[in-house]
Amino acid sequence: MLLSGADIIVKTLIEQGCDVVFGYPGGQILNVYDSLYKYSDEINHILTAHEQGAAHAADGYARTTGKAGVVISTSGPGATNLVTGIATAYLDSIPLIAITGNVPTTQIGSDSFQEIDITGVTLPITKHNYFVSRVEELADTLREAFRLSLSGRPGPVLIDVPKDVQIAICEYTPKEKVAADEKQPAKEIRIQEAAECINSAKRPFIYFGGGLISTAAQEEMLELAEKIDAPIGCSLMGISGIPTDHPRFLGMQGMHGHYASSMAMHNADCIISLGVRFNDRVTGNRAKFATKAKIVHIDIDGSELSKTVNATHGLRADIKLTLQKLLPLINKVERKEWQEKIAFFRKEENDYLDNRESLTPRKAILTLNKHLGENTAVATDVGQHQMWSAQNLSFKTTRRFVSSGGLGTMGFGIGAAIGAAFGTKERSVLVTGDGSFGMCLQELATAVSYNVPLVILIMNNGVLGMVRQWQTLFFNKHYSNTVLNRKTNFVDLARAFGADGEKASSVEELDKALTKAFSTDGPFVIDCSIDKDEFVLPMLPPGGSMDDIIVKVGDGI
Amino acid sequence: MKRYTVAVLVRNDFGVLNRITSMFRRRQFNITALNVSETESIDHSRITVTFDGEENNKQQLINQLYKLPDVYSIKDLTNENAVKSEMLMIKVGNEPETRADIRAAADAFEAKTMDYAKDSMIFLLTGDSRKIDDFINLMSDYTILEICRTGIVSLEKGSSVMRKITNL
Repeated sequence: MLLSGADIIVKTLIEQGCDVVFGYPGGQILNVYDSLYKYSDEINHILTAHEQGAAHAADGYARTTGKAGVVISTSGPGATNLVTGIATAYLDSIPLIAITGNVPTTQIGSDSFQEIDITGVTLPITKHNYFVSRVEELADTLREAFRLSLSGRPGPVLIDVPKDVQIAICEYTPKEKVAADEKQPAKEIRIQEAAECINSAKRPFIYFGGGLISTAAQEEMLELAEKIDAPIGCSLMGISGIPTDHPRFLGMQGMHGHYASSMAMHNADCIISLGVRFNDRVTGNRAKFATKAKIVHIDIDGSELSKTVNATHGLRADIKLTLQKLLPLINKVERKEWQEKIAFFRKEENDYLDNRESLTPRKAILTLNKHLGENTAVATDVGQHQMWSAQNLSFKTTRRFVSSGGLGTMGFGIGAAIGAAFGTKERSVLVTGDGSFGMCLQELATAVSYNVPLVILIMNNGVLGMVRQWQTLFFNKHYSNTVLNRKTNFVDLARAFGADGEKASSVEELDKALTKAFSTDGPFVIDCSIDKDEFVLPMLPPGGSMDDIIVKVGDGI
Repeated sequence: MKRYTVAVLVRNDFGVLNRITSMFRRRQFNITALNVSETESIDHSRITVTFDGEENNKQQLINQLYKLPDVYSIKDLTNENAVKSEMLMIKVGNEPETRADIRAAADAFEAKTMDYAKDSMIFLLTGDSRKIDDFINLMSDYTILEICRTGIVSLEKGSSVMRKITNL
């Protein structure tokens, strides 16, 4: 059938299985918005308060569903407002399709009103991007974008469509939903070598990240762990990959990782690394990182192998298919000594635990845990509250921890939590801080407009806690520009947006407020008071090794 | 530090070179020369990258190239598996006192005279990079006005050709 470019965009989105898109209209994308109006029975558009919020929402949708999230914006400022959202998705390998309008092709390059070279701007933060100059190429370019964004290591793809291409008419032929490229296991010889390495290990440790979640290789990983009697740790991006209470799971690794998990990795002689990238926040001082260990590293992206930490066996392959071929080659063993050591690390970790009964950060998250459903997604912003959440939240279902790991985007949370609610079709939770919440709180308007069931827990300490923590530790307590002490009343603010809220200054009050929040139809804001001097512990100082770990206040402080 | 040469076949389209060089810049690869040209196929351009680094830098460069959708094929070209050559044009001052020495050097290197003017001469020299470096070194005793070199171009020995890389 003959359709306009704008209609083709919307029809192709529908054809690709997209039921909800996030965005914000403007001059150069008006035609697409007219088509969204026309096809509103088939596709739902969520209008946010700011394009950044829309990008984070599409990201939150993608993280919780595994499908590509779609965000639409106009040219110029609309497009540049997406940049932080696209970069966030890029660093965390999230499939995201960004569609931007642009000025007509005849005006491109003339610095027209709201013209920006967004394909140039987003070059280093997209997997790929397209400037579509002919309407005939539009449908296939969009399909290609879906394929690229979902194939291999997922990531964002941007498509820039000039206004005249949206207006132009051409023949549209519906096609099948594109499939991600077929995945491959590693070569047999490489799998055999890796198996030999694993079989000869005395103290194996399994370390997984977002890559394991995106290829859904949990079952294979757990089977491997059983066979070789190994403990399991994860990166921030791996959280919720397996149930938090799994008996083999020691928790997150890294700068603020669980003590037992970090100690197990440090003492392991073989680290089986699945879909991780050994970021500096994980390794600390790379020269002193897991020096006793051989590293078996499986990742779909070959450029991650031996990028920062030298892999003894680097396998560029799909984790799931590779583990399936690896498992029969692995000997079943019991490791009494290693397990005793792990139990000892666990006991040590327990001894360090903060068990104060007052409204401590840990207590706040543990109280939240009691209210979470099996399927509840929890988004976070970035800072201390994010680390307290990562350490203490309890998950049963995969893809339910939604957090900006690589880019560390303050302001990510509220948009992402809204997207997560659409993705899971359930109430979602945002854990945030007063600093992060201040960055993008206008999205409360979106949550109210669409009556999104959303529990917002602000861990309010009146300071930029994480930066302050560094100032305490490394800058002689010079609290330069980290003391907020703003006069914002978050409960009144919630009401001004048309939501409801409550203040909580004790564990009982928090529990009561959470009960109310989880039974409210729509968003509910809890302003939870946290002491400004609370620390995220344990802490591996930047560039430090496990010998420098700070486990309780007083150590090295 | 070693010198490496990698040939990359890319989609012959507007903006592709920018995507490749932008990745080099962003990841701070130490590129010493870059040669881009058309190929036997209208669909592809051939980029020959020469850069200095360690073995792991080379592997990382290849791995990063591998991820770009516009890249069709990549080949690590070594002195063992490939032939390499480079071209130099050099403009030197033409002065009566040095003219004879310069021309003798050019003859010895089998450089071709491309231009002969009252105050200057241009020579064309083809060969491996060391030969070209040597000639430039020799000329530096005189007045070098301008230099232009193509960077290495290289083809794999024998009948094999670059084939499409498959998965992402």
